[in-house]
Amino acid sequence: MTTKALTESQITKKVEPLNLPKNIKRTIVEDAIAFNVTAKQLDEAIERVITGYSFSRVEPCDAAGVVAAQSIGEPGTQMTMRTFHYAGVAEINVTLGLPRLIEIVDARKIPSTPTMTIYLENEREDKSDISNYAFNKELAQKVAWNIEATTIDHIADVTVDISYVRIIVDLKKRQMGRRDITFDDVLTKLHEKMDSKCRISDAPEINQIVIEPAGSDSPYRDLFQMDKKLRDITLKGIDSIKRVVMRKESNSPDDEYILYTEGSALEQVIQVEGVDMARTTTNNINEIFEVFGIEAARNAIISEATNTLNEQGLEVDIRHIMLVADLMTSDGEVKQIGRHGISGEKASVFARAAFEVTVNHILDAGLRGSVDSLQGVTENVIVGQPIKMGTGDVRLIAKPQLLESDKN
Amino acid sequence: MTKSKLLEHNMVPYHEIIVGEEVEALLEKYKIKKEQLPKIRSDDPIVLEIGAVPGDIVKITRKSQTAEEALFYRLVIETIV
Repeated sequence: MTTKALTESQITKKVEPLNLPKNIKRTIVEDAIAFNVTAKQLDEAIERVITGYSFSRVEPCDAAGVVAAQSIGEPGTQMTMRTFHYAGVAEINVTLGLPRLIEIVDARKIPSTPTMTIYLENEREDKSDISNYAFNKELAQKVAWNIEATTIDHIADVTVDISYVRIIVDLKKRQMGRRDITFDDVLTKLHEKMDSKCRISDAPEINQIVIEPAGSDSPYRDLFQMDKKLRDITLKGIDSIKRVVMRKESNSPDDEYILYTEGSALEQVIQVEGVDMARTTTNNINEIFEVFGIEAARNAIISEATNTLNEQGLEVDIRHIMLVADLMTSDGEVKQIGRHGISGEKASVFARAAFEVTVNHILDAGLRGSVDSLQGVTENVIVGQPIKMGTGDVRLIAKPQLLESDKN
Repeated sequence: MTKSKLLEHNMVPYHEIIVGEEVEALLEKYKIKKEQLPKIRSDDPIVLEIGAVPGDIVKITRKSQTAEEALFYRLVIETIV
């Protein structure tokens, strides 16, 4: 009836109640405004969008899992079997390729090369503000030293003097200054961490600490044990983080400093002053699960898996990976895809037997008198019945009452 | 840093407890019992943060890369360890 173009509020009012994803709705509104559509045109556009959208949806009884498995599996065959890449980032070794993908779906507790990407606080608007950790080199370096584990070997020469049964620690002033550690810091840490069986004497004027075993029957054995222990003490920083590399990232919007680490300790790192905890991540999915919960772990699985695939130049639709991540996290904890996870917890005896350790599963089922209700795909393939997917799930239902009435 | 900052992490979507009619509407929509929902453990850091207890249903508003926003529901369960 009317050929006048609709106003923005009229369009929004019409589009908002539709049962479509947010981004599609937004596109409709934007385009409708851009093209000055009339009410009739908008109705037609909406109708077409809805038709198109319903075509793109997964149909009931579709084998979404099998499609996902193949969509990830096929590109997987093209991955490099073994890659020990220095992933672009200043010589930090990161496992990539197939080994990494396996690690993700196996939900390993600790990845073979744990690494963190630490962002620094950049809350101040003004980039030249010196209190801004992300843009101030000195502050960023300071945070790095607070995170990287410093052991005695980094800041001193340790000599085991056998003839006098003692350990001499010659502290190096320059290294200590760089890492912002004082003589007293070292002394208190040593007193705290070394056991009571030794005597620690100091000579601050020549930067030396002498450690001797005290009151022991076998001083020589103790001497070497002490030496070993001394080298294991973390004087400053976080234990499991062996190295921190600072880089000015030119592809990030404002050239901020980002720290990359070898080793991961999410819980401790996010408490370090100057660290932007909202953006800091690790490649240790289990750690993310413990600190940020199951939903963050799901997001981590998705991003780690997509990044691993993309890095190898493979494009897998994210929906497949999302399905895998949803499955792995559906029980509130990160489960692996495998014997001890998804496949191992299936309800059907046949499905489990078809996967791994066949005899054990069948034997157990026999002992317990388990019943297999043949609901899944694998079981039905084994017994030779149509599977309950696609047309196999369609059944005829007859209402007996209706049949009765037909007789009359 | 204080615990309440957990919710601000980029990877943590918005969680909220839903009650009453919203729960019924959800279960009616999918024609399921609440035990059939995906689970979230009662010792999950975010569950502790929003103060949900076993039996509650948590509504999660995910940022989806395909649909921009996706709703997901989890049932809080007792942690078995």
